[in-house]
Amino acid sequence: MTMLEDRSTTNAKLNSKVPTGALADKWDTFKANAKLVNPNNKRKFKVIVVGTGLAGASAAATLAELGYQVDAFTFHDSARRAHSIAAQGGINAAKNYQGDGDSVSRLFTDTIKGGDFRSREGNVYRLAQVSVNIIDQMVAQGVPFAREYGGLLDNRSFGGAQVSRTFYARGQTGQQLLLGAYQQLSRQIGSGGVRLFNRCELVDIVVIDGRAAGIVTRDLLTGQVTSHAAHAVVLATGGYGNVYFLSTNAMNCNVTAAWRAHRRGAYFANPCYTQIHPTCIPQADETQSKLTLMSESLRNDGRVWVPKNADETRPAHQIPDEDRDYYLERLYPSYGNLAPRDISSRAAKRLVDKGQGVGPLKNGVYLDFSAAINRLGRNVVEERYGNLFEMYERIAGENPYEVPMRIYPATHYTMGGLWVDYELQTTIPGLYAAGEANFSDHGANRLGASALMQGLADGYFVLPYTISNGLAPLLNKSVPGTDHPEFKRVEAEARDRYQAYLNVKGTRSPDYFHRELGKIIWDYCGMERDRNGLEKAISEIPALYDEFKKDLRVTGTGEGVNQTLEKAGRVDDFFQLGMLMCKDALTREESAGGHFRVEYQTAEGEAQRDDENFCHVAAWEWTGDANNATRHEEQLSFETLQLATRSYK
Amino acid sequence: MATSSAPVREPVTGTATAPRVRRPFLLDLYATAVGKKYAMAISGIALMGFVLFHMIGNLKMYFGAADLNEYAEFLKKLLYPLAPKESVLWILRLGLIGMLVLHLHAAWSLTMLNRRARPVRYQSARDYQEASLASRSMRLSGIVVLAFIVWHLLDLTFGVVNTVGADGEFVRAEVYANVVRSFERWPVALFYVVANLLLGLHLSHGVWSIFQSLGWNNPRFNAWRTAFARGFAAVVVIGNVSFPIAVTLGIVSV
Amino acid sequence: MSHTLKNLTVKVWRQDGPTAKGDFETHVIDSITDEASFLEMLDVLNERLISQGKEAVVFDHDCREGICGTCSLMINGQAHGPQRATTTCQLHMRSFKSNDTIVIEPWRAGAFPIVKDLMVDRSAFDRIVESGGYITSPTGGAPDANLIPVPKPVADAAMDSAACIGCGACVAACPNGAANLFVGAKIAHLNLLPQGQAERYKRAEAMVDTMDEHFGSCTNHGECSAACPKEISLDVIALMNKDYRSAKFKNRKELSRN
Repeated sequence: MTMLEDRSTTNAKLNSKVPTGALADKWDTFKANAKLVNPNNKRKFKVIVVGTGLAGASAAATLAELGYQVDAFTFHDSARRAHSIAAQGGINAAKNYQGDGDSVSRLFTDTIKGGDFRSREGNVYRLAQVSVNIIDQMVAQGVPFAREYGGLLDNRSFGGAQVSRTFYARGQTGQQLLLGAYQQLSRQIGSGGVRLFNRCELVDIVVIDGRAAGIVTRDLLTGQVTSHAAHAVVLATGGYGNVYFLSTNAMNCNVTAAWRAHRRGAYFANPCYTQIHPTCIPQADETQSKLTLMSESLRNDGRVWVPKNADETRPAHQIPDEDRDYYLERLYPSYGNLAPRDISSRAAKRLVDKGQGVGPLKNGVYLDFSAAINRLGRNVVEERYGNLFEMYERIAGENPYEVPMRIYPATHYTMGGLWVDYELQTTIPGLYAAGEANFSDHGANRLGASALMQGLADGYFVLPYTISNGLAPLLNKSVPGTDHPEFKRVEAEARDRYQAYLNVKGTRSPDYFHRELGKIIWDYCGMERDRNGLEKAISEIPALYDEFKKDLRVTGTGEGVNQTLEKAGRVDDFFQLGMLMCKDALTREESAGGHFRVEYQTAEGEAQRDDENFCHVAAWEWTGDANNATRHEEQLSFETLQLATRSYK
Repeated sequence: MATSSAPVREPVTGTATAPRVRRPFLLDLYATAVGKKYAMAISGIALMGFVLFHMIGNLKMYFGAADLNEYAEFLKKLLYPLAPKESVLWILRLGLIGMLVLHLHAAWSLTMLNRRARPVRYQSARDYQEASLASRSMRLSGIVVLAFIVWHLLDLTFGVVNTVGADGEFVRAEVYANVVRSFERWPVALFYVVANLLLGLHLSHGVWSIFQSLGWNNPRFNAWRTAFARGFAAVVVIGNVSFPIAVTLGIVSV
Repeated sequence: MSHTLKNLTVKVWRQDGPTAKGDFETHVIDSITDEASFLEMLDVLNERLISQGKEAVVFDHDCREGICGTCSLMINGQAHGPQRATTTCQLHMRSFKSNDTIVIEPWRAGAFPIVKDLMVDRSAFDRIVESGGYITSPTGGAPDANLIPVPKPVADAAMDSAACIGCGACVAACPNGAANLFVGAKIAHLNLLPQGQAERYKRAEAMVDTMDEHFGSCTNHGECSAACPKEISLDVIALMNKDYRSAKFKNRKELSRN
């Protein structure tokens, strides 16, 4: 297309392909000029969609409705299990149903600012535009969003916004949206539009003549490795937060699909942008396998404190006020306990590091509701937070009406991911990435209730247009089938890789290595990073990775179900990603959003960006050595918004 | 890795494309488990009506032989002379038999369905939370009640197992005498009591189930459904059980 | 505060494949903190098995926060274990005592064949949804979301039903292996909402028909609802029964007159 301009200055592959023209017109311009595939020709094209979360299920269902042959893949037993299901809070949309001044451009502005000016304007504006269609679509599908008594949709407000634009279904918005998309996908499976491969994990991508030709999968029930060819491949495989071992991600979330694509030539963008959520239940013991997020809304009525004395031994209720440090109220008097996610997270970490943490492992801070209970009465508190208190008691075994909750930050989302252009296409033509798996829309930090929005935007309203634009030129051209030697070669490589895990016959389980890797990444590339720590991590990870290769123990065989073997493959990829993350964090010599470098902060402890040198996307190219990737830059330019420093003082 | 010998698993697709064969609508309804439960509920209502009115009619025993025997005569003359003698009674009987057969057939086929639904049982002990004695013994209580009905007919309708009267012959119309003579045998009285207690158990769950199976569900009356079921069962059981006890205690005698 | 449980006897079902013969395998956990979740206890057991060169116990799990519906397990005769309204992944060891014997079995139902050890195949649920558990609404054609008001009690009731996580505990707990609570929940969710009216009877008919191919029948024990981690009410079964019956009797040409 002639109206596309090339913004990248450093690498020809990093052409964002954002249409020229006014921001508000870009998406319309694209749609008006995109190539289409005639309805009768659509069935000649096969599209593979990997992952059945919000982005994957919505893309697969929509593409099948349009008439493409769709093969959908999930490693779960059912498409409905994807981790989108765990999102609690809600989904943003610029509907302005509350008449409180919301608009597409305001949602756009909030998202760019929230992302600390590290996202692409064109993509974000499009996201804000299609947000309104998402709500219409999901309501039509029967998502039971919360309603006012008059029967109209209810909204709540969320962090980083001054309007109420968040639609919600109790504390289960992600579940309800995913079930909506899953049901639509199910309809297509039922009618034969989609072929679903369940319990089937992607283990490699096949690239032939520079174009994605298909994927290689491993059947988790039989261990069989098979090839699947297609005209286009969509990866909607989620984020990589589980690199930390302990995160709020589901146990099976992994980076394998994105990482294998990266190894085949897809650039990986901004891996160091990870988001920490301040209110999770702290780790209770060494056996712990994952962390659970508690809704941020709790901070509206809870007061955060730690004992002033690191050697404090009294139970919380016996500690008098003068021996408590309500540090958020002290440090950020105007926002107090509602200070933004990253700021309150870091404050908690500093106190815990100083030994002032609470709980048996001294690894949390108190979130105390006694003042609220005294002021509002237990009934009001129960009405507002009853279900959250129950959930806390179920997990922590303490009654938060009597004992203050203990909270601590944990990883729950990753903004980084596969680099994609405006069409959500990676640097491998024919390979697309959607949802959390791509890097595109949240910049360095994601706003609450925007993950669900992005997943559905990509799957329902972006990919169906951009994929036809990519497929149209392929009409009546033959593409390689699975009998192509490259498929056979990649298949054999994958078989050998899994056999190799079995052959090590060392002494340590994959979980052991995952836990150790997670500790390194959390300590040095978690909430706060600095040069020394990152350099240390970069030297420690390869050593541990070597041990992994020599001392791994995978019992059982490669035939039939073997969850230990599955885990080994995923941990292998996490090791390689971990190295890249640390390297990315090391080379980004500024603080931005979720990436906080101790060396780059203001006097008040705020993140200090370096727009002069780092107003760009870092996109990494695989070179064959995980510790030696090549860094490319996609410059970000802001035509509509002025680069500004955020302040929550 | 060695290539597995297991067949390649096929993807899932087109699962809802097979055309469905539709039969005449009542048969179609009855073809599914939900439909069979509907049939059980409807036939259950008919059988409930029978047990209730049977019990009420038998209460005439307490007014003496003439009243009871007259009641039996009255049943034969329902709608007489508009309809011939016994015709309405036979229609009712046939309807009742039909309902009983429907109830039994549905129960039997649902039991078979349920067996297939769990071909391998749990190998460890179950710890039930809500299932009651009544709900878990529906099959047993139903079978005992069925056996009782057979006995009851042989005893008081056909007289096959009744002790004969003073003249050495069973006279069906002498209802009062037949009942008393039958219950004077304590094992018969005991069987009658046990069977009716099980009938009560059957009703206490079955009557509640009717509401569920027919979809009669409304927050306004839901709380009363179990109370109604238990109350109905209690009324039927107390009435029925009182007869053998009254005979045994000599309150009612020839 | 945390306590340590000592000397737990864990009897766990091991079975190599769908047709293999299975049996209980007994392990002793000498000590574990009561802060551990039930699945973390199994993680510990698996770590030990791996270090001994034995195959880890296979069990389905994922989110470990009670929403994805992947975890299962019959624990001491109860689906998802002894704590009400709680999935296995949210069950913690503080629900047990030192010296307890814990028996773990897979879900058992004809429609849920055992894949391996404690893992079962619940795809019969997906078949039911594929047959009608949706509202046909192709992408792009939706009217404005506020066009049809949904009364709050309706939205709330639909949400109560939609909370189902599809874990299969209802089938596992049902003495008859019936799926009425699962199917009823989905039918209630969609049939209560105005958006679902166009396909209301078709949906009820198709889903009930498909359910019949796989599952047993409801005898109103109430075990399903007691085992349900989301405490879905038996009312959804009544609603399904009503709509199924209407599907057979009603003249669908008059569907929009109700």
